[in-house]
Amino acid sequence: MIPFCISWFIWISVQQLALYQMGLNWFEALTDSVVSNSLLIYVSLLMFTILRFYLPRTNSVLNLFIWVIILTTGWFLATDKLMDLIYNSNQHYQSIVKNTWPIRFAIGFLISGGISVIGYAYFNWQERAETEKKKTEAEQLTKEAELYKLRQQLQPHFLFNALNSINALIGSRPAEARNMVQQLSEFLRSTLKKEEQQWVKLEEEVHSLQLYLEIEKVRFGHRLSTRIEMDADALQLQIPALLLQPLVENAIKFGLYDTTGDTLISLKAINEKGELFIEVENPFDVETAAAQKGTGFGISSVQRRLYLLFERNDLLQTETKENIFITRVKVPQPYLPGAVKKV
Amino acid sequence: MHYKVLIIDDEPLARSVVKECLQPYPQLQLVEECNNGFEGVKAIQQHQPDLIFLDIQMPKITGFEMLELIENPPHVIFTTAFDEYAMQAFEAHAIDYLLKPFSQQRFDKAISKWMELSKTTATSTEQLLKEAAKHPSQQERIVVKTGTKIKIIPLHEIHYLEAADDYVKIVTAEGSFLKKQTMSYFEDVLSTSLFVRTHRSYMVNMQQITRIDPYEKENHVAVLKSGAKIPVSRAGYPRLKMLLGL
Repeated sequence: MIPFCISWFIWISVQQLALYQMGLNWFEALTDSVVSNSLLIYVSLLMFTILRFYLPRTNSVLNLFIWVIILTTGWFLATDKLMDLIYNSNQHYQSIVKNTWPIRFAIGFLISGGISVIGYAYFNWQERAETEKKKTEAEQLTKEAELYKLRQQLQPHFLFNALNSINALIGSRPAEARNMVQQLSEFLRSTLKKEEQQWVKLEEEVHSLQLYLEIEKVRFGHRLSTRIEMDADALQLQIPALLLQPLVENAIKFGLYDTTGDTLISLKAINEKGELFIEVENPFDVETAAAQKGTGFGISSVQRRLYLLFERNDLLQTETKENIFITRVKVPQPYLPGAVKKV
Repeated sequence: MHYKVLIIDDEPLARSVVKECLQPYPQLQLVEECNNGFEGVKAIQQHQPDLIFLDIQMPKITGFEMLELIENPPHVIFTTAFDEYAMQAFEAHAIDYLLKPFSQQRFDKAISKWMELSKTTATSTEQLLKEAAKHPSQQERIVVKTGTKIKIIPLHEIHYLEAADDYVKIVTAEGSFLKKQTMSYFEDVLSTSLFVRTHRSYMVNMQQITRIDPYEKENHVAVLKSGAKIPVSRAGYPRLKMLLGL
């Protein structure tokens, strides 16, 4: 605000000096300069206020230009009228000033136009920053909601059933019961810890998936078998934490919970030119799956998460072959292991 | 006096817990263990048990859907790990249920409650099943029995429902199936976004309607894609028009 006032005073003095040199006396030059510049301040502030509440879109910048011309013309006529009232009878003043109108108009236009452009740029930047902030917040909220849902979906049913299995084993097969308690604890710990971490090695993610599958094997006995084929160099690649968990849960839900026979669930991962490709395969019941909506929560949440991370919708593909459901995920790698993108 | 007992649960370990809990009760004789609802329906018909222990979430059909398929179902003690919808249904109808994992004491309590109850009358599961039909997995389908086979019909495949005495006829492209139920049950349970009751005896899948024709005076018929003509009553017509956005 202070530099603004100072430059305004300087400008008033400059105009006064210019008018003095054209032949007006000091007092006439001062009056003229103060009156015209005060009105110009008013017009510029008016323009600024308009921009604050009504910001033209990029395609209507012409409107802004027209507004500047209208306001400058208004300013010019008002100044002229006011000076007429003050120096109506002063022939000396009138004769000198009448010739200066083109330059005065041009200067007025440049000043109010300049201020408008500054205002436009400023408010535009502010609006953009606001939009950006809102977007980030919305994404954060979505993510939290999804994680919450994921946790809810995972925990109660799975957890109580696992505890029930342990309960059954304690009497007859205590060693197995103990083993299962350890697996369950390790699995739960890994899912809790991972929420704070952003990216993990595939190796780590697969380890907790194996724990999960082992627990399901105890619950369902010989019905479930698994095949896990991971390339050694794929295991070293990075993956957003818990990305695969919902996919494997989905495979279990359709392949194991909803079928009556033996079930094979397979996981594959390969490293193709530095990119990670993962495939999850499970059988499903054609008859009951037809009555279920879409592909289930698991798949859509992974799809959404991949979109938030990479702004791509083509990273997750699904396919059905007779009674086999296949999910394929491609995970682009973060470029620097130290400075990875936030999940 | 001996009672016949059945366990229906898809997890072997979960069944073994119930079996263990049954040991102090020599009068309760375990006749069969079933892996799923399909086996359950068969075993119930075969053994006519006095009491069943029934899990809710099982492959293909839920415990509730299994019960729907049985005429005069036996007494049930539900066993479930966690299921919000099921618990709401139980609470509302004061049926005993065991939350896994449960203790021998809790099991004993359920058994003595059942013994009290079994002396009096047969329980009606009708209200319970209606409440349980709000279950999301049941919102998408209807399970019916045709002879010895069990058929799962996705709702969107149904053309229309027609009342037929004590039954409701469910008509699909594959043919029609009978289910022992009332029209008002289906009106309550089926999502209104898909079905509309056009007549006292008819409910129609709105996606199947191709046009509505006038019929005699003041009446209409809805013509379906299959060519079937479904009566629309004077009360049903404005409802249908509103739902179709006409």
